[in-house]
Formats: sequence, structure tokens, C-alpha cells
Amino acid sequence: MLHFSKWKAGTILAIVFFGFLLALPNVLSPKVRAYIPPFLPSTPVTLGLDLRGGSYVLLEVDKKDLTDQLARQLIGDIRQTLRENKIRRYSGLGRSADGGVNVRITETADIEKAYTALKTLSRPVSTGFFGSGTQSPEFALTRDGNLIHFAFTEAGLNARIGKAIEQSLVIIGKRINALGTTEPTIQRQGVDRIVVQVPGLQDPDQIKRILGQTAKLEFRLLCNSQPTAANQQPPAECEALPDQKDPKRIYWVQTSSAASVDGADLTDAQPGFDSRTNQPIVNFRFNQNGAVRFGRLTQANVGRPFAIVLDNKVVSAPRINEPILGGSGQISGHFSVQEAKDLAIVLRSGALPAKLNIVEERTVGPSLGSDSIRSGLIACIIGVIGVFVYMLISYALFGIFANIALIANLIMLVGVLSTLQATLTLPGIAGIVLTMGMAVDSNVLVFERIREEVRNGRTPLNAIETGFKTAFATILDANLTTLIAAVVLFGMGSGPIRGFAVTLAIGIITTVFTAYTLTRLIIAWWVQWTRPKMIPL
Amino acid sequence: MMFKPIRFIPDDTTIPFMRFARFGFYISMVLCVVSIGLFFVRGLNYGIDFKGGTLIEIKTQAPANLSDLRKRIGSLGLGDTELQSFGQPNDVLIRIEAQNGGDAAQQAAVDKVKAALPKGIDYRRIEVVGPKVSGELARDGTIAVVVAIIGVLIYVWFRFEWQFAFGAVASLIHDVTLTIGLFSILRISFDLSIIAAILTIVGYSLNDTVVVFDRFRENLRRYKQKPLDEIIDLSLNQTLPRTIMTSLSTMVALLALYIFGGEVIAGFTFAMIWGVVVGTYSSIFIAAPVLIFLGARIGTTTDDGKAEAAKARP
Repeated sequence: MLHFSKWKAGTILAIVFFGFLLALPNVLSPKVRAYIPPFLPSTPVTLGLDLRGGSYVLLEVDKKDLTDQLARQLIGDIRQTLRENKIRRYSGLGRSADGGVNVRITETADIEKAYTALKTLSRPVSTGFFGSGTQSPEFALTRDGNLIHFAFTEAGLNARIGKAIEQSLVIIGKRINALGTTEPTIQRQGVDRIVVQVPGLQDPDQIKRILGQTAKLEFRLLCNSQPTAANQQPPAECEALPDQKDPKRIYWVQTSSAASVDGADLTDAQPGFDSRTNQPIVNFRFNQNGAVRFGRLTQANVGRPFAIVLDNKVVSAPRINEPILGGSGQISGHFSVQEAKDLAIVLRSGALPAKLNIVEERTVGPSLGSDSIRSGLIACIIGVIGVFVYMLISYALFGIFANIALIANLIMLVGVLSTLQATLTLPGIAGIVLTMGMAVDSNVLVFERIREEVRNGRTPLNAIETGFKTAFATILDANLTTLIAAVVLFGMGSGPIRGFAVTLAIGIITTVFTAYTLTRLIIAWWVQWTRPKMIPL
Repeated sequence: MMFKPIRFIPDDTTIPFMRFARFGFYISMVLCVVSIGLFFVRGLNYGIDFKGGTLIEIKTQAPANLSDLRKRIGSLGLGDTELQSFGQPNDVLIRIEAQNGGDAAQQAAVDKVKAALPKGIDYRRIEVVGPKVSGELARDGTIAVVVAIIGVLIYVWFRFEWQFAFGAVASLIHDVTLTIGLFSILRISFDLSIIAAILTIVGYSLNDTVVVFDRFRENLRRYKQKPLDEIIDLSLNQTLPRTIMTSLSTMVALLALYIFGGEVIAGFTFAMIWGVVVGTYSSIFIAAPVLIFLGARIGTTTDDGKAEAAKARP
């Protein structure tokens, strides 16, 4: 056990040295790191959001909003299909109580024809994993006398949600990148969720403003009559929409598609200032298609007011002074400079396909982050010094051996964390400190065993050999069990907790390695050099 | 040599642990029952991770005027709100219960609080957990603890014998139960980091138990004729210096974390400190007596006794 061949000792030292090398970038300044040649490790530990400050936002597709959208679309499709098939007499086209869509065909003679035609609306969606090709219908059609009922199927909804998430990922990416922050991560989680993590934001509210809105922009004509008192019913082909700044103010806005232009055709949006009033505004430009439609609408309605509607709220309702044919215009709405900037970003990035709700948010301000780094570091240093002193008092010379192994262990742990690009969080620092406390356990096991063997009458050399040999099985058992807990923790945890699990797990591995190799090597050398007659334990 | 090592624990102790074990076992049983009772009657002070709601940590420029802040926030009609100073006099923690009206209402509550508070406040931390997510976190946390315990059960069963597995799991359940009991008494906020602490306690306590078991198994093979309780006492005494050494060194590290590590992880470290105490206690007074109770014997306890006996020979 105590004999190390030259190459074996060399390998152990090489691994330890390599660990040092991996940890080295952490103590270098970014300037110096830039000079590291590409074949050497140059990445420091990635700090978690709780240490560098930043926001974690979990978004979930609003299922109700999405079904509403689907139902609206379906109602339009049904209307068109019936028209195409020359079925003019029908009633009750609208949402049913269970969330689906109903239509009642008046003439019994038309029912068969209507049913066959409407059936084609239900396109099949693939539901199998990895495109294994299982197909199921988007809606389920049922017939009850004159009534045809459309129910959304689970598979159809999920396919829509999946598509919405994919599109949202791209749009959110554009929005976040427009903020100019470094290293944001945007990931899909589960079926209907997106995790957004943005480190180092000075104004965490901005991210919520930017993610919280769908940014569906419409230009719609106002109705001829406007409400004169609260809670009035809007006339036919009109709907009531609140003012963005003053929700009590209600506008009646036309619903027909002929009286509106969709913001999906925007190609650009930039914040700016109104040349006359000097108010912050957003300048926008349409593409060809949008420009033509917008031109036609404004030309036909000069002198009439129209509403600029964002996410079903009226931003402003200016009068059309002249036809806008160039395809560009401006939105004013008593914005602050920041609001105009944010609006330009979300308009430029495009509208989200469905409403996303913020279901979880964790924001750490920059001041708390730096405080946490400081207190974590102080706790780490004091903890390590405490353990050092304790080992030194308890084991004297062997305590020094253990402490050398402990330093190597600590540095290798940091090195592995850096290479794996694992995220270091505040609980992660706690994990490091805890590892230091528990890492000495392996040395304690060995040392106590050696003492015992000496007192059982073995020679020093023999005692050391037996001590290592018998203690090692215990060390392995004891550490593997902690590893089980760490792996479970990693599986369930998110963010900071996961950071803790990672440091704990890596710490266990480096601990077992240093205990079995480095401590043994140091003691073997000591035995070779001093040929001890007794062991100072 | 520069100086002689100092022994905190004398060698060759012959503490009759098993004579106290019955006593300790009953005390533990009572404490466990009390803990379970507390859990059901008094409950835990769940943090927003499991209950949903909002947590805002602020730093005011001057020492915080809590009653003024309380008045400002209390008038917002956000239901149950709680203000609490911690650390320095200008650090304040605001907790707001989960709002009716879904996730949008939660976000609106944060905006309302921000509007109601005076200017110049540093918002150091804002956490908002919706009702759906909090339910999932609670479920995942419970699953994690159960999975960890089952994982341990299987591991110890494979490495030792079924009696050992039961002993280990009994001591783990004991540790987890007492930790929950303590959190129920002290009303410390019980959140995700406490689940992490409990899992680490599971790991630590087990570490301790396994070391004792290892020695016990070794002594079982060596002293085939000795009564079980004597072998256990011997094993516990032999491993006692190591048990104390490791507990103390872990405690040194944890105390440094608790004192200097800041408010964010204080709950976590507190749970861990408690865990080291109960974990050490339970390996001696729970795991070991269970072995006697179940009559652990190498080779005689399993059906394929011969194979086990053969394996057991060193």
C-alpha cells in the first residue's frame, strides 16, 4: 500500500497539478486571462444569479388565452367554410359552455353537407414522440340533431402549445438580446414553460415589462358612437377596450377585419421624439403588404379617429389627418423615454403567439449579490481556517498532511467546477464549506485506524498500511451514500439548490481521490524519508 | 516533533451505550411522536416556495421605520402581509401571501408595494412564486426526500444486510422527523433550501451510520461468540473518536457559515447544524439498537447463509 512506483506518484501529482491549472483562471484578472493560450484552461467559475445579481423568470403559456385564440380562428374558419359551401342559414355560431365551439344549421337538408365540409377543418396533428408519426385530429366533431359541436382535443391543444413555445423562444430571444445584457439563457422547460435567466440587470423591472406583454399591435377604427357612461354595452360590430394608462376610460373599437391593420406586418420600430411636442414616441415602418393595407385604410377614413391598440388596450386614438401611404408612422401615448424604448423593442421583436404568464420570479439585486459573494467568501475562509487549526491541534504532523490534502482538494474542486462550467451559487459556496468539513472525515478515519493498529501492537509501517487498507472501504461506503443524496438533490433542484448539489457531488469525488492518493503519497514519502520508529498520532 | 496532538476523546472508552440505548430509544420515540403531532396540529411556517406568495427584501437608507412601512403596506389590501427586520437595522423582509386572481395579481402586488414605499429604497431581492409552481415544488421536495431514503435503503441493503438497511432508514426517518419538529416549534421559514438541508442531513447522518455499521460488521466476524450488544458497544466505542472528530470539524465549518454566511442561507445552515447533532445521535441511539432488535448476524440472517458466511471471511 505504501509503495508508489515513480510513474504512479507522477500520475497523482500530475492530476493534482492539472486541477490547479483548471482552477488558476479564477485568480487571474480578465486581462491576464485573455493572454492564456487556447490549449490551456481559461474559464473561471460561472457565478449564479444569486451571486452576480439578475433575474430568473419562469413563463407559462396561458392556456385559456390560447384556446380563446383558437376558438376565434375556428369561428372564422367555420364561417368561411359555410359560405364557400353556400350554406347561409345557420345560427348560434360561438363558444360553447365547455370551451369548444357550436354552430346550429337551420335547414335539416344542409346538415350532412355542412358536417362533411366542416370535418375537413380538423387537420391532423402528430402526437408521437420524436415524430414517430402517430396522428390524431385537432378537434373532435360531434353532431346532435342540428347542432354541430367542436371540442379541442388534448393532442390538438398540446401541438398548439408546442408551436407557441417554439415561436416564443425565438421572439423572447430577440427581445432579451435587444437589452444588450451578457449571457442570457432562454430555455424551454417541460411542455408549456420557458425559463429566462438574465444576469446582471440594473433594472430588473425592465425584463418583466418586456416579457410580460404579448405586444400584439393593431390599428383599428373607432366606432361612430362612443360610451357616455360606465358599463354601457357597445353596439354591434364594436367592442369595448380600456385605455392603457387609465383603465376607467373605455373606447368602443370596430371589430371587423376590414376596419383594422395588424401589427404583424411591422418591419421596424425605433424610439424617438415628436418633432413638435418633444414627447417620446415610437416610429414604425410596415413591409409592403402592411403599407398597402394601412394606406388603403387611412385613405378611406381621413378625418376619422382610429385607435392604436396594444394587447387589447388603447395606447392612443389620434385622428387620421391625411392618408399614410409611405408605410411608416408614429405612435404617441404619453410614454416615458424608457417606455418608448421598451415598446420599440417588443414591437421590433414581434408579437408572442400566445400570452405568457410569469408563474415564478426570482430577482436578486446587484447589491445583495455582491454582499453574498463577500459573506460567502468570508465564511469559506473562516471555515477552512477553523478546520485547519482543528486538524492541526488534533493530529499535529498528520494534521499538516491532512491540511495539504485539504487545500489540494479545495483547489481541485474549484478547478473541476470551472471546467464543467457549473454554476456557483450561494448554497454552492455552502456546499464547498460543508465539503471541507466533511472531507477531513476520510483523513480522520485513516488516522484513527492507524492509531488503533499501532496500539494493537503493529509496527508503524504495518499500521499505516493496514490503516489505509481497512479505512478505505469505509470511506467509499460513507461517501457513496452522501453522493446518493447529492444526485437526488441535483435531480429535483433548480438554480441555487442545483448549484449546491453540484459542489457537494464534485466535492465528494475530489475528497475520495485526495484521501486515497494524495494523503497516502505524502505519508509514504514521509515514511521513506524519516523511517519513523513511532507514529506521532 | 513540534508538539503532541491533543486528544479530545480518551482511547479505549467503554461507554455502555446499549444500556442507555433503551432510554434514548424511548426518548426519541416520544420526540418523534411530538414532532409528528406538531406537524399536523401546528404545521410548518412554509415559505413562499411551498405556499406561493411574494418575498421582498429591501434596504432603506436610514434605519427602517417598521411601523411606518407596515402602515403603508397594510393599507394596500394585499391580505396577510408580514414585515420583519433582520441583520442590520435598515434591512427589512416583506412577505405577502399568495394573491387571489392568479399570476397577474401576484405581479400587480409587487408593483403596488413598490409604489407605496418611499423612494430611495434598494430592492435587494424579489421572489414571486405562483400557486401552481409552489404546489409543484412542494410535491417535488417530498418526492426527493422519499427517493433519497429509498435509494439509501437499497444501497445499504446491497452493501450490508437487510437489518442494517432498516437500522439506517429508521435513523434517517428519525432525523427528518425531528428536523421538521424543530422547524415547527421555532417557526423558521420552511422553504426549498430546507429540503436541500434535509437531504444533506440524510447524507451526513448516513455517512455516520455507515461508519459504525462497517466497524460492527468487522467485529461481528472477529468475535463470533460475543453477545450482540457487547459487539455494538465495542464498535461504537472504537469509532467514537472519529465520530466526535468529524462532527466537530463539520460543526466548525457550519458555524462559520452560520455566523458569516449571511441571511440568505442562515435557515439552511441552521438546519444543517441541527442535522449534524441529531445525525450523530441517531447513529448511536437509533441505528445501532435497531440492529439488536432485528438480531443482525452475518450469515445467519439471510436465507443463503452459507454464501454470506463465505463472503464474510476476511
